[in-house]
Amino acid sequence: MTWLIDLLSGLALLGGVFFVIVGGVGLVRMPDFYTRMHAAGITDTLGAGLILLGLMFQGGWTLVTAKLLLILIFLWLTSPTASHALFKAALADPSNSQPLLYKEPPSSNS
Amino acid sequence: MLRILGLWLFCAGLWLVLSGYFNIPLLLVFGALSCALVVFIAWRVEKADPEDQPLHLKIGPQAILYWPWLVWQIVLANLDVAKRILDPKLPISPTMIKLKPTQRSEVGQVIYANSITLTPGTITASLSDGVLEVHALTQEAADSLLEGDMDRRVTALERSNA
Repeated sequence: MTWLIDLLSGLALLGGVFFVIVGGVGLVRMPDFYTRMHAAGITDTLGAGLILLGLMFQGGWTLVTAKLLLILIFLWLTSPTASHALFKAALADPSNSQPLLYKEPPSSNS
Repeated sequence: MLRILGLWLFCAGLWLVLSGYFNIPLLLVFGALSCALVVFIAWRVEKADPEDQPLHLKIGPQAILYWPWLVWQIVLANLDVAKRILDPKLPISPTMIKLKPTQRSEVGQVIYANSITLTPGTITASLSDGVLEVHALTQEAADSLLEGDMDRRVTALERSNA
């Protein structure tokens, strides 16, 4: 059975690495600060989640897995808070450029 | 009293998981005492600054169903955003929208705002006076938020007497 565990954990780790790389590529490709934050979001949700899942497969039913699960929970609780703070801070400074919008919504204050 | 005991049990469980000492009595006593100290400080602080406790939400069947659903939504949104990043044409359409969440309690609104931010492709810009401003990477992501499926699910988490 160890080969199955190793296979699953390898697949999860590879998937996580893939999403982290895609997040990095998105960070470079996106046109402005606000859209870049969306690309970075991939890195810390599915990227980090899959890598931690792969490590949990290696840990088995031990305390290590419980700690990895706690890391995942704390990461998923704190990263939206940090993203929100970053976004709000960027938007609050009038010297920063406003978000690029694809189409003006009718009720928007630009 | 029940809440104080619950907080202590939560702290003690966390201490056990993080320390991994199950059979050294001296350390277990130290752990129990430090948890008691934490609970005492939390109790003192709460008298000075009463606040909704996040753990105070009722854990009903909806809460158990909500987290797996949210994880699934996150996976779907991740795949969508990843596909758009890798598309040579970069088909994005950034949008700002305003939402009126239907949750009554602050904790419910914060859970909703955090769920939006956690899902790639949408970030909550502000939450004030019961209005959420959301920046979405694509028009489709904004439209699916306006449909209000997630909003209804978070509202269902709240206690009826909250």
